[in-house]
Amino acid sequence: MDTRFGTLCTAVVFAVFVRWVVSLNSYSGMGKPPMYGDYEAQRHWMEITTNLPIKQWYFNGTDNDLLYWGLDYPPLTAYHMWLCGKVAEWIDPDWTSLFASRGYESYEHKLFMRYSVLIGDVVIYIPAVLLYCFLQKKFTHTQKVLLSCVLLLFPGLIIIDYGHFQYNSISLGLTLWAVIALSHRHEVLGSAAFMLALCYKQMSLYHAMPFFCYLLGKCWQQRWKKGFFSLCCIGVSVLATFAFVWMPFLSDKDLFLQVVHRIFPVARGVFEDKVSNFWCSLSVVVKFRNFMSHEGLLKLCLATTLLGLVPSSLDLLFRPSGNKFKLALVNSSLVFFLFSFQVHEKSILLPALPVCLLLPWRPFTSTWFLTIATFSMLPLLVKDGLVIATLITSILFIIAVELGLQGVSSDPTIGCPVCIWSSKNLPWLPHRVFFYAVKSGFYASLMGALFLGLLSVVVPPPSSLPDLWPVLISVYSCSHFIGFTLYYHIVQLMTTDSKETAAQKTKKTQ
Amino acid sequence: MAAPMYFSVVVTVTIVKLLLIPSYRSTDFEVHRNWLAITHSRPVSQWYYEDTSEWTLDYPPMFAWFEFLLSRIAKLFDPAMLEVTNLNYASFATVLFQRLSVIVSDFVLVYAVYECCQCVQLVGKKKSPHLLSQPMFVLAVLLLWNFGLLIVDHIHFQYNGFLTGLKLLSIARILQRRHLEGAFWFSLLLNFKHIYLYIAPAYFIFLLRSYCFTRSNRDGRVQWTSLSLMNLFGLGVVVLEVFAISFGPFIAMGQLGQVLSRLFPVKRGLVHAYWAPNFWALYNIADKAATAVAVRAKLLSADDITKATMTGGLVQEYTHNALPTITPLVTVILTLAAMMPALVHLWRRPCTPRDFLRCLVLCAFSSFLFGYHVHEKAIILIIIPLSLLAVESRQDGQVFLLLSTCGHLSLFPLLFTQAETPSKVCLMLMFSLFAFMSLGVLHSSSKKRPYCLPLLSPLETAYTVGLVFLQLYCSLGHHTLGLTTRLPFLPLMLTSVYCAVGVMWSWLKFYLITLTDMQHLKQS
Repeated sequence: MDTRFGTLCTAVVFAVFVRWVVSLNSYSGMGKPPMYGDYEAQRHWMEITTNLPIKQWYFNGTDNDLLYWGLDYPPLTAYHMWLCGKVAEWIDPDWTSLFASRGYESYEHKLFMRYSVLIGDVVIYIPAVLLYCFLQKKFTHTQKVLLSCVLLLFPGLIIIDYGHFQYNSISLGLTLWAVIALSHRHEVLGSAAFMLALCYKQMSLYHAMPFFCYLLGKCWQQRWKKGFFSLCCIGVSVLATFAFVWMPFLSDKDLFLQVVHRIFPVARGVFEDKVSNFWCSLSVVVKFRNFMSHEGLLKLCLATTLLGLVPSSLDLLFRPSGNKFKLALVNSSLVFFLFSFQVHEKSILLPALPVCLLLPWRPFTSTWFLTIATFSMLPLLVKDGLVIATLITSILFIIAVELGLQGVSSDPTIGCPVCIWSSKNLPWLPHRVFFYAVKSGFYASLMGALFLGLLSVVVPPPSSLPDLWPVLISVYSCSHFIGFTLYYHIVQLMTTDSKETAAQKTKKTQ
Repeated sequence: MAAPMYFSVVVTVTIVKLLLIPSYRSTDFEVHRNWLAITHSRPVSQWYYEDTSEWTLDYPPMFAWFEFLLSRIAKLFDPAMLEVTNLNYASFATVLFQRLSVIVSDFVLVYAVYECCQCVQLVGKKKSPHLLSQPMFVLAVLLLWNFGLLIVDHIHFQYNGFLTGLKLLSIARILQRRHLEGAFWFSLLLNFKHIYLYIAPAYFIFLLRSYCFTRSNRDGRVQWTSLSLMNLFGLGVVVLEVFAISFGPFIAMGQLGQVLSRLFPVKRGLVHAYWAPNFWALYNIADKAATAVAVRAKLLSADDITKATMTGGLVQEYTHNALPTITPLVTVILTLAAMMPALVHLWRRPCTPRDFLRCLVLCAFSSFLFGYHVHEKAIILIIIPLSLLAVESRQDGQVFLLLSTCGHLSLFPLLFTQAETPSKVCLMLMFSLFAFMSLGVLHSSSKKRPYCLPLLSPLETAYTVGLVFLQLYCSLGHHTLGLTTRLPFLPLMLTSVYCAVGVMWSWLKFYLITLTDMQHLKQS
């Protein structure tokens, strides 16, 4: 048996093990009638898709009460739920019987649901991560294995998918496939994969702008004829994928519009629960509802989001490169998360994916971001009874990053454009200042998060302020995310390809 | 091995243990909760008489005192778990406390493993920066990540990690030639759990031979005049002191008979409902085969066959039909007979601590294979000390790989709940992958056999691969073939018989290595 293959297998088995053990915990809305939680939502979609004809899936009707977890994800999710529902029906018809199965919970059913997440993960996300790591040419085999193990242990995704219950690994995995394809010049395949991700979960729109700008910029760089031809190929691949997935809903205009309306619920609030984004944090001080209409707020969100997208998108459009593309994915999704409308706390996973991809090059800041990203979902996880699992997997992740990539002990100033700039232009400023400032900031921030987390679990909030802890956690995380948005923007704008490779070289020689 | 590397092994395995907290718990969880309650709310004189719960206290007094100490802390978590009448109580705080008590007490194991790693001899091993070629690192992982310990303690629920820690500590002291300390830790261990009596003969012979007798003749025989009364006296004091502290109070209260009757219940059958993979599993299957042949040949009439044969071992009392029924006395004689060559071998030469370790493994083997009412968990008693030998010698590594794979697989039926299947498969895969890789690298040889697992012969490779198919059949095939109602016990029986073959083979091989090693030394 080859040792190289063996170590890789051990790493993957360990990742699967952690996923499975987390799934032994409770899920969202476990034993909480009448609405339950996301687990019931997914089960309900299996019930709807297997029992009703496809045209009725997105319509309110006698058999389909949209107010009870109505389907509000794009068709690919619906097909996936149909497939799972068929298997569920085959195992036990009670799991999907129309109406009667509402709120169905049992030991076997939980197992089935957990397995369905694991299968999606093993088929789509894990291979994508492995491929991504093993295509990094400059690493040794051991480094590749360690990197894949670390990436697979990101706690946010594990806890949400296997604890809270969702299928994020499928849409994120498809996005990752697209990123891999693009970085190896398979633009047609990449755009199709990203289209599939979009058709699985509309939240992938957070990543759409960089994909668009990168592809356009790449075509632009080529000679006129060739560039136009590849642009046409990409366009055809996108449209074909879209048409293929949406086929049953394209026959009728009303049907199509209803699906779109379900997917983009503009009528719902600006944020769900307490989200660590800009609007939610600002609402602590400014009560928007008092002086702004719903429409006005929607427009404000749209305007700020678009404005925020401009710098990173234009930069990527005119200077497209693999590194800038990943950074732009972070920036675009962070801007969406901070400023857009109808944001869920779980949407932080979308910026977290490209940040994971940056881990080998910026281990320190990525670790910091990913830990805070997991922490920002704490109010949700407290509700689901997943605090212990979250804490343990977070510690595991930090240890893995430290053992595998020296994520915590590495020098955060390496490859940081601000430091490079200052060492050139401000020679009187000692380099170490940045080092100690960032390091102490990191530890203070993690300690603060731990402290706040402990408080929110142990100390009951005062009766006049029932949302005290969630709001504090949101504001605390939001301030981090704003900082990270600025940081990643600076990095993206100041990175040129030659500098990036130079930074890697210095890192390698150390 | 560098301390940081050891630290990271410890931290990762501790995290794994913490992650296992929400797993399935067997009745042993309630057993230990009940003992917490008994030791907390009953006076010492009542400990071995209390029988509100069916899970009466049946461990030696030291373990009772250990539970007593734990109960002081348990009070802070949830006082309700300490009421004797609160049967099957399992609040979240109770589960958390009990799980954490296992995880924290495992730090005895962590310390002991560290001590053992310091004793590894690096004979003729090249220094390499590669982690897998550092025997200390490999040993640390093999012991701390031991599949059996992880599932039995942190899923099934027991305190074997802590007890194994005491055992390894005593072994480490003997390897360091600090015999008195070794004897102390072992007698303490005996007073925590008396199952370790199985390996006591090895301790007895070794300490007598190489501590009490201080010199050997030229030919390696013991020099009878070299008996050191001083050492004998010291040893006696250490051992008796521990027993006196433990059993003394109960002897003073005149309860010794009662305590012993709790410790050694004799009303059980030869085998469990699920046969441990030992000699008796093979004996039982031979009996079944012989019965079938006899019925065919009209030597036995179908009416004579007892029910137990039909139900395939669900009933604890198993009566043999064609072959003679085994009484406890027979098993004792067989066990001692199986140990005897190893003990004699140990006695007849100036023995090193490594010879002692071999004898220890052989004692554990013998009692596992031929003992009365042996539980499959007892395989851990063999695998743990064998790990120490496996990293030092290639031949022992071969035995270890085969035995740990089939022995661990035989523990699978212990966790029968569906949710634990992926957990146990993943843990087993991780352990086996690591063991094969690391020992393969450690004992790498120039001649590599294609299509063979590292260190294993083609036959052993075929056997090990067969384990995979066996498991696939048991967990999927049997149900798919629709045999669940007709032959419900076939998977368990297949597992135990198939694994028994591997265990027996490992035993014979290990015996052969140990006995021929001597001749090899003599020649040289």
